Amino acid sequence: MASFATFGNELYTGKRSYDFVGAKKIWFLIAAVAVALSILLPVAKGGFNLGIEFRGGSEFTVSNVQTTDPAVGEKAVTDVVSGSVPRVANVAGNTMRIQTDKLTDDETLQIKDGLTKAYGVTQNEVTSTFVGPTWGADVTKQALLGLVIFVGLAAVLMALYFRTWKMSLSAIAGMLVTMFITAGVYALSDFEVTPSAIIGFLTVLSYSLYDTVVVFDKIRENTHDLQASTRRTFAEEVNLAVNQTLVRSINTMMVAILPVGAILFIGAGLLGAGTLRDLSLALFVGILIGTAATIFIAAPLYAWLRQNEPDLVKQAKRVEQRRAEAAARNTQPATA
Amino acid sequence: MARTGPKNPALRVLVWLGVILAVLTAVLAGGTMAGQASWAPKLALDLEGGTQMILAPKVEGGSDINEEQLNQAVAIIRQRVDGSGVAEAEISTQSGRNVVVSLPGTPSKETRALIQASADMNFRPVLQSGAGAAVPAESRTPVEQLPKPTAEPANSSDDNWITPEIYQQFEALDCDNPSQDKQERSDPAKPLVTCEPAAAGSPAIKYILGPVEVKGSNIKGSSFQLQRGAQGAVTNEWAVNIQFDDEGTAKFKEVTERLYQFYSAAGGATGTDPKAQFAIVLDDQVISAPRSLAVITDGRPQITGGFTEASAKALSDQLRFGALPISFEIQSEQQISATLGGEQLRMGMLAGLIGLLLVVVYSLFQYRALGFVTVASLVVAGALTYLAIAILGWTENYRLSLAGVAGLIVAIGQTADSFIVYFERIRDELREGRGLVSAVENGWKRAKRTVLASKAVNLLAALVLYFVAVGNVRGFAFTLGLTAIADLIVVFMFTHPTLRLLARTRFFGEGHRFSGLDPKRLGAVPLYRGAGRIRTPQDKPAVAVRAKNTGATAEAERRMTIAERRLAERQDQEKQGQLAGSSKSSSKEGK
Repeated sequence: MASFATFGNELYTGKRSYDFVGAKKIWFLIAAVAVALSILLPVAKGGFNLGIEFRGGSEFTVSNVQTTDPAVGEKAVTDVVSGSVPRVANVAGNTMRIQTDKLTDDETLQIKDGLTKAYGVTQNEVTSTFVGPTWGADVTKQALLGLVIFVGLAAVLMALYFRTWKMSLSAIAGMLVTMFITAGVYALSDFEVTPSAIIGFLTVLSYSLYDTVVVFDKIRENTHDLQASTRRTFAEEVNLAVNQTLVRSINTMMVAILPVGAILFIGAGLLGAGTLRDLSLALFVGILIGTAATIFIAAPLYAWLRQNEPDLVKQAKRVEQRRAEAAARNTQPATA
Repeated sequence: MARTGPKNPALRVLVWLGVILAVLTAVLAGGTMAGQASWAPKLALDLEGGTQMILAPKVEGGSDINEEQLNQAVAIIRQRVDGSGVAEAEISTQSGRNVVVSLPGTPSKETRALIQASADMNFRPVLQSGAGAAVPAESRTPVEQLPKPTAEPANSSDDNWITPEIYQQFEALDCDNPSQDKQERSDPAKPLVTCEPAAAGSPAIKYILGPVEVKGSNIKGSSFQLQRGAQGAVTNEWAVNIQFDDEGTAKFKEVTERLYQFYSAAGGATGTDPKAQFAIVLDDQVISAPRSLAVITDGRPQITGGFTEASAKALSDQLRFGALPISFEIQSEQQISATLGGEQLRMGMLAGLIGLLLVVVYSLFQYRALGFVTVASLVVAGALTYLAIAILGWTENYRLSLAGVAGLIVAIGQTADSFIVYFERIRDELREGRGLVSAVENGWKRAKRTVLASKAVNLLAALVLYFVAVGNVRGFAFTLGLTAIADLIVVFMFTHPTLRLLARTRFFGEGHRFSGLDPKRLGAVPLYRGAGRIRTPQDKPAVAVRAKNTGATAEAERRMTIAERRLAERQDQEKQGQLAGSSKSSSKEGK
C-alpha cells in the first residue's frame, strides 16, 4: 500500500506523470482500430449470437436432472415434433436447456411432460418459455429509444453542469467508443445477446458517463483560473487532472468490477447461462473499457477540442515565454 | 455552517439519519403487524414461480391501438382473469403497447384461451329475467312444470328457446356469488343464461337471453351526453348514444320493431315484460339491458335511465372498446418454476456476497481503517435500500426480480464509488498540507459537487431506462435508481458526518499509519496536523493563540473560539502559500 500511496502522491504533485493527453494520436488510433474491428468483426462473423428472445422459439429449462445427456432431451422433443432440431445444452451443474423452434401450446405441454420423464424430475423443475420473434425486436427498439433519449439528456445535463458543450461532446465520444468495443467483445466472445445483455449495455453507458463526469470535474477545477496562471498550459492541466484522479479511477474501477466479476466468474460457473451472467459480462467489459475511454479518449479529446481557442493559445504562449525565461535564468550563471 | 462547532451538526445529522431509519422500520413493522406488509421483500415472478405472458393487442383491420384502447384491453383481460378464478394475477400495460399478465402457477388451457380471445360483444333479446340470487333448491320448479318448447323458435325472442335444461340452469344460477369456473365461450346461435353483476345502486340480475341478433362489430361508435328534453333543453339525465353501421341499423330496426310490440302490449312505460328488454352482452356478461321504448330506424339508439356521468361514460367506453374486436397475440410466455429462480437468486446472492467481501478487503487494503467507514456506509445504504424495497413492495406492490437483484449487486460498486471520490479528495487536501479537520471540510465541499453531478447521471440513466425500456429492464432500472438515492442519503447523512467526528479522534486526527490518512504516507508537508501538535518554530503565532487552551487533546481544539480557529487556519494557509512557490504542490484552496 505504501507504494500505491506514494504512487498517488507522485501523480498528485505531478512528479510522476503519464502523458495521456500528449500521446492522444496513439490512443485515438488504437480506439479507431478497435471500433472498426468491433464493427467489422460481427459483420464478418454474420452477426451476433442472438438469444431466443430475438429469434423467437420455445425454451425449456430442466433443473436437478439425473443425467446431463443431451440426446435424452433431443429425443423428448423429436418424439413430439418430428423433424425439429432442438438445441440442447448443459448450462450449469445439473441443469439442461433445450431450445426449439416455435411450438404450439399442445406441443409445449407434451414436450414438458416428455422432458419430465426423460430427465427424471418433477413437473415444477421444468420451466418452459415461449418467445415470439417480435418480442426481441420490441426490446431492441425500446432500448435504442432509451439510448437516444439518455444520451440526449445526459449531453444537455453535462453541457449545463460544465458550461461547455465541448466537455459534453468529449464525454459522449468516450461513451460511444465504450459502447462499440463492448459490443465487439460480445460478438467475439460468442455470448448470447439477450435482453439481459442489453440491460448490461445500457448500464455501461451510464457508468461510462459517470466516470467521465468525475474526471471532468477535476479538469474543470484545475483549469478554472487558468488565465491567471502561467505554470501549465491547458493541455498540461488536463493531463495533470487525469493523473491526479488516476488513483480514484483505478479504485473506482476495482470496486465496481469486483462484485460484477464475482457474478461473472463465480456465479456463471455455478449458474450457467442466465440473466446474471449475461448482464455481468457486458458490465465487466464495459466498466474496464469505460474507465480507459475516459482517460485515453474523453480527456485528450477535450484538450484537443479546446487547444485552438484564442485565449488558450495566448495562455500557452505565456507559459512558453515564462519557461524560456526561467530556462534562460537557470543557464545564465553557467555562461556568466 | 460550523457556528456551534462542527461536532454538533455532524451529530445532529447522524441522529436524523437514525430517525429516518427508525421511522422506516416502524412503518414496516406497523404494516407487518397489521398483516399487510412483510419483512421479506416481495419477489417477482421469476423468483417466485408462475407464468408471465406478454400480449400484443391486435385490432382487427391492423390499425394501431391507442392508450385508451389499451387500458380498456387491460380492463377486459382483468375481468376475464379474475373471472377464471386466478388469485393475485397482475395485469399491467407496458410501454403503452403491450399488456403483461403475470399469474402465479401455470394457467390452464382454458384460461390461456380466454386471455387471448378477442372481446366479444353482442346484443341479445331478453327472454326472462329474475333476481340475482339462486332459487333455493326446495322452491325450484318441479320437473313436470318446467317450460317445454312446443315448436321451433320463430325468432330470437321466442319462448320456445327455453328448454327444461336452460330453465334449471337459470334457477340454479347464483349471480350474487358468481361461480369461478368460467365456461366456454357461448354459442351465438343458442340461448344464454347469464348475469348482470351487481353494480353501485343496482343488485345483480340474472337473465335467459335469446340468440345473438346484432354483433358488437356492427357498432360504429358511441358517446354519452346529458339528455335533451322535449323542448331541446338539456336535462339532468345522462344518456348513452350508440351508432350502428348499415348492417346494424337494419338489424336493429327489425329487432326494435319486435321488442316494441312487447313493450306496448305490456302497457308501455309501466309495463314490466322482460321481453321488451335488449341485453348488451360483453364476454357473456350483461352490462346493460335497456327496454326498447321505440322502433329505431336510423341506427342511433339512445339508452337512458338512472345514469350518472361516470356510469354513462363507463357504458359508452365499454360499447366503443368492447365492441372493438381487440384480440391478443402472445408475444412471449414464460413459465417460471420457483426452483430455477430460487437457485439463481441463491447463487446471485452468494456471488454478490463474495463481491461485497472483495470490495471490503480492497477498501481496507486501500484505505485501512477508513475502509471501515466504507463498510459501515455500505451497511447503512443496504439497510435503507432493504427497507425501501420492503415498504414499496407493500405500498406499490414492487417486486424484486432477478434483474433487480443484479441491479443491487452492481450498485455495490457504484455506491462505494462516492466514498472513494470523497476519500481521495480528503487525501488530496492532506497532500496540500492541511490538517485532517479542514481536509475533511474542504474535501467534502469539492467531493459533494462531484458526487452530486455524477449521481445525477446515474439517476438520469435509471429514470430513462425505467420509463422507456421494457420488461425486466424496469426492475433493474428501479433498483439502480433506488440505490443511487440511498447512496446520496448515506454520503450526506452518514459518511460525511462520521468522518467529521472521526477527524477529531486521536487515531485519525494524528494520522495513525493504519488510519489510511497518514499525512506522511500521503507525502504531505506536516504543517497543521490537528490539535495540540508540537509546532515548528514558524508556527509560534498559532501555538500562542492556542496556548490559551492548554489541553493537548482534541477537546482543546474543539473548544477554540471561531476567531481562534480562523486565525489558526489563516496562518496555515499563509504558510502554505509561502511553500507553494518552492514545492510543486499547488495552493488553489487559498482562493
